[in-house]
Amino acid sequence: MSRLSGGLIDRSQRLSFTFDGKSYSGHPGDTLASALLANDVRLMGRSFKYHRPRGVVSSGSEEPNALVELRSGARQEPNTRATMAELYDGLIANSQNRVGSLAFDLLAVNDLASPFFAAGFYYKTFMWPKAFWEKLYEPMIRKAAGLGSLTKLADPDDYDKGFLHCDLLVIGGGAAGLAAALTAARAGARVILADEDFRLGGRLMAETHTLNDAPAGDWIAALEAEFDALPNLRVMRRTTVFGAFDHGIYGAVERVSDHLATPGKAVRQTLWRITAKRIVLAAGATERHIPFANNDRPGVMLSGAMRTYANRYAVSPANRVAIFTNGDDGHRTALDLMAKGVEIAGVIDTRTEAKALGKYPLFAGAVVSNAKGRLGLKSLEITRDGTSHWIEAGALGVSGGWNPNVHLASHHRGRPVWDEASLAFLPGTDLPPGMVVAGAAAGRGTTHGALTSGAEAAVAALGAIGITAALPDLPRAEDAPQAQSAFWHVPGKARAWVDFQNDVTVKDVKLARQENMVPVEHLKRWTTLGMATDQGKTANVTALAVMAELTGKTIPQTGTTIFRPPYTGVSLAVLGGGDTGAHFRPRRLTPTHEWAKSQGAVFVEVGQWMRAQYFPRKGETTWRETVDREVLATRAGVGLCDVTTLGKVDVQGADAGEFLNRIYANAMASLKVGMVRYGLMLREDGHAYDDGTCARLAEDHYVVTTTTAQAGPVYRHMEFARQCLWPELDVQLISTTDAWAQISVAGPNARMLLERIVDGFDISNEGFPFMACAELTVCNGLRARLFRISFSGELAYEIAVPARYGAALMGRMVEVGADLGATPYGTEALGVLRIEKGHAAGNELNGQTTAQMLGMGKMVSTKKDSIGAVMSRREGMVAETRTLVGLMPVDATEPVTAGSHLFDEGAAQKTETDLGWITSACYSPHLASGIGLGFLANGKDRIGQVVIAANPLQGQSVRMRVVSPHFVDPEGGRLRD
Amino acid sequence: MLIPHPLLGLRDAQEFTYLGDASLIHRPDGMAENAAETFFDYVYLRDNPAGVHRELWFHEQGDRSWLVVTRDTTTHEILGAELARDVALAAKGGAQ
Amino acid sequence: MRFSGFRVIKEALTGYKGWGPLWRNPEPQPSYDYIIVGGGGHGLATAYHLAKVFGGKRIAVLERGWLGQGNIGRNTTIIRSNYLLPGNEPFYEFSMKLWENMEQEFNFNAMVSQRGILNLIHTDGQRDAYRRRGNAMRFAGADSELLDHEQVRAMYPWLNFENARFPIKGGLMQRRAGTARHDGVAWGYARGADLLGVDLIQNCEVTGFRIENGKVLGVETSRGYIGAGKVGVAVAGMSGKVMAKAGMRLPIETHVLQAFVSEGLKPFIDGVITFGAGHFYVSQSDKGGLVFGGDIDGYNSYAQRGNLPVIEDVAEGGMALMPAIGRARLLRAWGGIMDMSMDGSPIIDRTPIEGLYLNAGWCYGGFKATPASGYAFAHLLATDRPHETARFMRLDRFERGYVIDEKGVGAQPNLH
Repeated sequence: MSRLSGGLIDRSQRLSFTFDGKSYSGHPGDTLASALLANDVRLMGRSFKYHRPRGVVSSGSEEPNALVELRSGARQEPNTRATMAELYDGLIANSQNRVGSLAFDLLAVNDLASPFFAAGFYYKTFMWPKAFWEKLYEPMIRKAAGLGSLTKLADPDDYDKGFLHCDLLVIGGGAAGLAAALTAARAGARVILADEDFRLGGRLMAETHTLNDAPAGDWIAALEAEFDALPNLRVMRRTTVFGAFDHGIYGAVERVSDHLATPGKAVRQTLWRITAKRIVLAAGATERHIPFANNDRPGVMLSGAMRTYANRYAVSPANRVAIFTNGDDGHRTALDLMAKGVEIAGVIDTRTEAKALGKYPLFAGAVVSNAKGRLGLKSLEITRDGTSHWIEAGALGVSGGWNPNVHLASHHRGRPVWDEASLAFLPGTDLPPGMVVAGAAAGRGTTHGALTSGAEAAVAALGAIGITAALPDLPRAEDAPQAQSAFWHVPGKARAWVDFQNDVTVKDVKLARQENMVPVEHLKRWTTLGMATDQGKTANVTALAVMAELTGKTIPQTGTTIFRPPYTGVSLAVLGGGDTGAHFRPRRLTPTHEWAKSQGAVFVEVGQWMRAQYFPRKGETTWRETVDREVLATRAGVGLCDVTTLGKVDVQGADAGEFLNRIYANAMASLKVGMVRYGLMLREDGHAYDDGTCARLAEDHYVVTTTTAQAGPVYRHMEFARQCLWPELDVQLISTTDAWAQISVAGPNARMLLERIVDGFDISNEGFPFMACAELTVCNGLRARLFRISFSGELAYEIAVPARYGAALMGRMVEVGADLGATPYGTEALGVLRIEKGHAAGNELNGQTTAQMLGMGKMVSTKKDSIGAVMSRREGMVAETRTLVGLMPVDATEPVTAGSHLFDEGAAQKTETDLGWITSACYSPHLASGIGLGFLANGKDRIGQVVIAANPLQGQSVRMRVVSPHFVDPEGGRLRD
Repeated sequence: MLIPHPLLGLRDAQEFTYLGDASLIHRPDGMAENAAETFFDYVYLRDNPAGVHRELWFHEQGDRSWLVVTRDTTTHEILGAELARDVALAAKGGAQ
Repeated sequence: MRFSGFRVIKEALTGYKGWGPLWRNPEPQPSYDYIIVGGGGHGLATAYHLAKVFGGKRIAVLERGWLGQGNIGRNTTIIRSNYLLPGNEPFYEFSMKLWENMEQEFNFNAMVSQRGILNLIHTDGQRDAYRRRGNAMRFAGADSELLDHEQVRAMYPWLNFENARFPIKGGLMQRRAGTARHDGVAWGYARGADLLGVDLIQNCEVTGFRIENGKVLGVETSRGYIGAGKVGVAVAGMSGKVMAKAGMRLPIETHVLQAFVSEGLKPFIDGVITFGAGHFYVSQSDKGGLVFGGDIDGYNSYAQRGNLPVIEDVAEGGMALMPAIGRARLLRAWGGIMDMSMDGSPIIDRTPIEGLYLNAGWCYGGFKATPASGYAFAHLLATDRPHETARFMRLDRFERGYVIDEKGVGAQPNLH
């Protein structure tokens, strides 16, 4: 078949492309589907279940059959509708869901076995013998299922997200949408017009109707020129509005570069979040077909799509075409095709009263009852009054009426309403707020009806937000009522397809009825109706009508289905929006990050932070070697560690002490100025929440630290307490986590090191005792805060300076402390030091533990009301006997593994006998043994006993001695020296 | 969703962190005799209405205000938003 | 009617004339011994086990809409028993054993498929926690394996091992976990219950309870009053609304969870994978769709639909973990309402009202629990004693301080 005349294709340019390895050519303006038809390719795909040969059915996004794998390599995309793929030079497409070639698919054997694959079949079988389901049947089914394939290569393209705001969002750029956008834009409103097509006009491009007695294209061209001059109007072509969300937010995908071979420097697609005050939905309508025996032959297509191919793309699927219709609309197709020189084999109209509108054979009161031509339609059986005959035709256009595209109108779960006059579901009254529906989507499908309803919708929508718009002069347009009869399917014994892609036939609907799967959701789920990539756009209403007929109910009594986002498939990559790989989450860097990098540090992810994990030196071959050195150097000399990531909250105000009294389980109001206290916070449910230090810098000024992980939540919690619980207190909060660099200086030489940098400040043990704090200056005038606190059990301090000086301070301390053994250490050594000292951290404060378990039950003051105190005294929490203990292997060469469970020696190891678990473990270079912390039932009473640490996951069972959790300096003398 | 912040106007709900029922403002007295009972109710029991719900949102990526938002849980329609601090102060004033 | 190989072949060759209704559409009787409110998975499984195991007679399931309308009909179909706490793990392992025998039990193919679940590990702390969990699973009789980076890579080489923000350090694997065909489970239990004489009554909404002297006598419904000896409520996200009709407030909030399915694809992912550094989990259905989800939207909702930020968040997680899925398309998104409890664990218990029993608080993990939940609830209804594996799932645990908090986030339902 050569091209027809006319059309919106650029014949001056040729684009070459391949389909299943064979080369073809088309023109700019073509889709892959139109170009294939122009090259006489009718067979484009295979159906899901029976692997039936299939051709293109539609010309739009509702296409169920012509799905291809587009592009190659890492850019290969499965299930792309040939009807939506814009042709570009070098396009590569392959058919999918076949074994062997498209014409000789080995899995077509499924079609022969189709009696076994009826609705609900799978649920009744594959159960014998028991093991065979997973060993044999299911793997077979999985292999045969699916459509296109993904490569296992990372998507190489870029994606973006954007936010848009407008007074009016117009969805759909056909007659109604254009009229709405024009009306609104002329009124000065901020307007967005979005259409999934690459060209504006909608069905104006598919029909031969004139506007003001001129081709519709003239009017569209004039309009586009005006649009270009309106700065308040944004026209978004190739943009699908896929979902209506809350408060006027619409999701849209712009296919920025999908019409190009590669995106080049551009993104492939952009996800837009459009916030619209008002919305005009002008999404048009989708034609439905009429099931008859073998109505899925390649070449059988929607009659309206045939007009699109002929008028817009200048192509006919065959030289000789027949039409099967239940209304006037099919006749239009016959006339349009005849005008382009295509032979009409006949129009088969179900209505006995039908009249021919032109010179073509009319079969009134007749139906198409069968079709032949496995790989391409050859002939049709026409039945009238019980007698049948066959005619030859290479294509059949089927016109069963139009379904308004009400999808977005029901994304808020409003149900469409059946309209008997137009034999269609129209948008109901329960629309997303601010939405007005216009044009064919509202059942006003004549050109005149679409134009006027679009303009009126814009006026009404804008009026509601105080913008006055005037109705524009709209062009004269056809307004012919389209008569149609309620004819839903051709009865017969052979299979007649309702849902093409998923191979749901009228028989399946009947079987569902027979098996009492009548509610529409049961029908869908039992038969898989509407679950294919087209989401039932061409099938659901027809199936409902068939079910209604079978049950003797009306269509509205039979039900409707809810439409959910997305309107059409949206790539997962664009929904992710490009925040992938290393950019998945922000990377927070500590003030000493670059310095640590220069020291060769290895970094580790700690939430969003990157922290130095350890600082390997030349000659060290394992991380353990490095960490052991860092730990020993700290305990022998002085270690330096960036602890900036700990959360810091500045608390100020006359009632700061009282506020903290209520936040912490222990008392804070009594803390003396210049001193620090360890603080434990509970959640209101009585469990331990977070711990840290609370330093009082002045009567009305505290600085609170939190754990790294809980910095955000604790601050939020404190603001909740301040604003919602005790707004009467005079207290202000601000997070200063990022404002101060904080460095831990730990080890016997810590004081000597600090003495070399403080500016004449007395940090002697007497002048600055354990748990003291002060504001001072260091390094000749640099503002600093000093806290004498210890996480390692050593004589230790934390020093804070404004964040921008953090790296310099660290460098200075390493330099001036060289002779003292100043050694930077990372999070690994930090962990070892704290386990050796028996300090709780994240593994112990895991949200499931209590103050009592942590050995801090007495800290929960009964003298005051604080968050969590009441609930911590509940029966079950008091009855909990597990407490924090230290654990050492009886044989020091045995491993200690966090996550091991603790059992009595000789006890059966099961849930009921479980005594606890190891929370944290490390190798202690100090003790030359593995050590662990853990929660153990009646732990305090078991010191000295031996328990089994069982880790069957890794085949470990280790005898462990229960010891104090303070492996190092249990009396705490070093801290206070 | 969009939340009408009483100070900042319409803000995307993504800027906020949700907590739950605004009854959490009304924390019972932990030193009272019946505290175990009142706290169980306060911490654990919820009206959980299908309809109008007063609830707490924190403008975490914004001005750090806690808001009491009145929202219909069946439609997500937002009927109003107040500063939680004002709500809490009013409640305390009422109790005095 | 029993399904057998012979029968299936015979019907295929004779035009399915012998296939009858999967269940009857009975009119409600004036009274029943047991009324189960809610014809979702848990309600149907309860009725089935009540009749089958505990010899219950005169049982009705009342369903507001169509059978299986609830979360059984919209979930990500994952079955697993990889819990940590003694209040949960034995129960879910009991459920897993029921799954393993399900098809033979009710002669209906619910397509239980044990293709494994892999929880990925990205930090050392996570590994410690998963080791504790994996061992807890072993002690409860479940299977678990701890995989290192290389083992994960060998299994799924196309995960992001190149430039991941949070590198994959290993995973906790449960090979007996997998998926089941969610609708098939509902239908299997419904058909099984119907065959045992249970009345499954659709389009019958419970509008109130008749309670006198602290005892429930029956329920008011859209189809009239129905008397009952005992009433069991298993209505998931509607728990708050339904129990309010009995004057009860619950430790439950109703939240929306979205779930997603992609267009059909040739086999890509064999088992179930969960991302440990973002909100994303995924499996591939027998039909070929990637079935995936993430976190709940996070605000109370009965609207049965969610919003765009969560869709984006889930896709972000998916792309970060497996950048090869970028070219697949999201086909459908849906929102179900979840009965999010205050500690993230369920309640199967009596209520202060005599004869009224509650099965609720499943959060977004109710599907995998369906068989055990039905069994345990039936046990409770029939014997007035909790089933051994559900004995910690008490309603009074919050008041008494015995919460079962797997995540350790406390009394905030949207964090569980």
